[in-house]
Amino acid sequence: MIEFLQQLINGLAQGSIYALIALGYTMVFGVLRFINFAHGDVFMLGAFAGLYTAPSLLKLCGGGPSFPGAAAVLLAAMLICAVIGILIEKLCYRPLRDRPRLTVLITAIGVSLFLENAGQYAFGADPQSFPEIITDRALEIPESWGALSALTLTVGQLLVFGVTFFLLIGLRAIVRHTRTGMAMRALSFNPVAASLMGVNTDVVISFTFGLGSALAGAAGILTSIQQPSIDPLMGINIGLKAFVAAVLGGIGNIPGAALGGILIGLLEALVVGYINPSYRDAIVFGVLILILLVKPSGLLGKPEREKV
Amino acid sequence: MLAITELHVSYGAIGALQGLTLKVERGSIVTLIGANGAGKTTTLRTISGIVKATSGTITFDGEDVTNIAPHKIVARGLAHSPEGRMVFANLSVMENLRMGAYLRRDKSEIAASLDFVFAMFPRLKERLKQTAGTLSGGEQQMLAIGRALMGKPKCLMLDEPSLGIAPILVQTIFEKIVEINRSLGLTILLVEQNANLALEISHYGYVLETGRILLQDTSAALRENTAIQAAYLGG
Repeated sequence: MIEFLQQLINGLAQGSIYALIALGYTMVFGVLRFINFAHGDVFMLGAFAGLYTAPSLLKLCGGGPSFPGAAAVLLAAMLICAVIGILIEKLCYRPLRDRPRLTVLITAIGVSLFLENAGQYAFGADPQSFPEIITDRALEIPESWGALSALTLTVGQLLVFGVTFFLLIGLRAIVRHTRTGMAMRALSFNPVAASLMGVNTDVVISFTFGLGSALAGAAGILTSIQQPSIDPLMGINIGLKAFVAAVLGGIGNIPGAALGGILIGLLEALVVGYINPSYRDAIVFGVLILILLVKPSGLLGKPEREKV
Repeated sequence: MLAITELHVSYGAIGALQGLTLKVERGSIVTLIGANGAGKTTTLRTISGIVKATSGTITFDGEDVTNIAPHKIVARGLAHSPEGRMVFANLSVMENLRMGAYLRRDKSEIAASLDFVFAMFPRLKERLKQTAGTLSGGEQQMLAIGRALMGKPKCLMLDEPSLGIAPILVQTIFEKIVEINRSLGLTILLVEQNANLALEISHYGYVLETGRILLQDTSAALRENTAIQAAYLGG
């Protein structure tokens, strides 16, 4: 039982990361109807943004690892990734707006390869250790909790849960209660009708890329505080799995992406814990095939239909 | 208010509009009738900036608006309730109406427009929280018109408001169009396949055929025209 709970904690932590990245895939799909395959690499750039800004930001916040320091690094990475995401859309996808979607999709793969290789050129191909922005240690669970005290819960994991929860609530508030969020939802349903309401679709699309990329940047930092090193290709595998999560939840559906991410994370942890760690990727991608066969619109997605 | 001169639009090699010229006087209801594929919807879409004109000019309120972006045209006061209604089915009725007022900031004036829309279409008020996708076709049409009115336009373009709607509701909607025109003094350009209805409520009419104006006259005169009766009025 304890082992099972432990796997759930681990799975939830990894699932949170997938959820944050999957949201970017799903939001961009919502407004532009294509998969931004470079999104996983924006996640990688978030980790490197942290690597390069951490020393000065930590110094600014009083020296060693601290919560304010970690928060500053997180915000910096989110901001940098938002700008990168907006630039990618503006430079690479916007000129192709009226072309067939396949053209944009192939361009996205090109952008992805470019970022991975430019990353190796700029940052070096070898893994680099991520600076300690917060002291990651196991939390003491009091003996009075009985058997539960055998569980391992780290500061890093707690931070992942907290930040993810906070970002999901914030995202929901933006999408549901702001004017731009409403325009996003309108645009994702019908871009022509949205423009007839006076919505500048270019601005809303930029905003969507910025928002999704900021979440990927946050995921980059949250991943880096839990693992020893980062490298320019770290976005490939995680990005693909977050994509599977977005499809599982229903591509274009925001709560679906969050749910899909959590489920993929849990599934992975259970496979690692109870079956065999080497089957992990195969089972996750098996889920992709299964969902496309059984319910292509995803768990929360609705098949599109028109009413007369 | 709205003047189109020698407008040409083509989709690839196909000329959808071939030198269309028409005028909409301030405060009037002008209708554009014609068969399927005559270019009625293309005309409205070109005025709105969704489709680009290859040549010709569109002036609105004294200014050239040819080929400017749709959101800028809306900002100048030209609203377009598109063919097929295009309500945001994933948004609530209230959110749809708020989308109509997307470019407006004045809360009290928006509230006044909302009251006007509710007075026109009380049914919308009953369904405010409902998702627009759950409305019937007729209610969606009311919502589409109400949404366009929320922008407080100077001119309203309506594309096929009778399409796919229960006959009883068609009558109601057309009565409302007249009422909107009278009470707000709002200029309306109406595209309609149901020529009988359109000529009944409009002041002036244009008959469109394969991208050109075939005939134009006051709506009363067009209704008396035997050729029009035979071709479009089922008489």
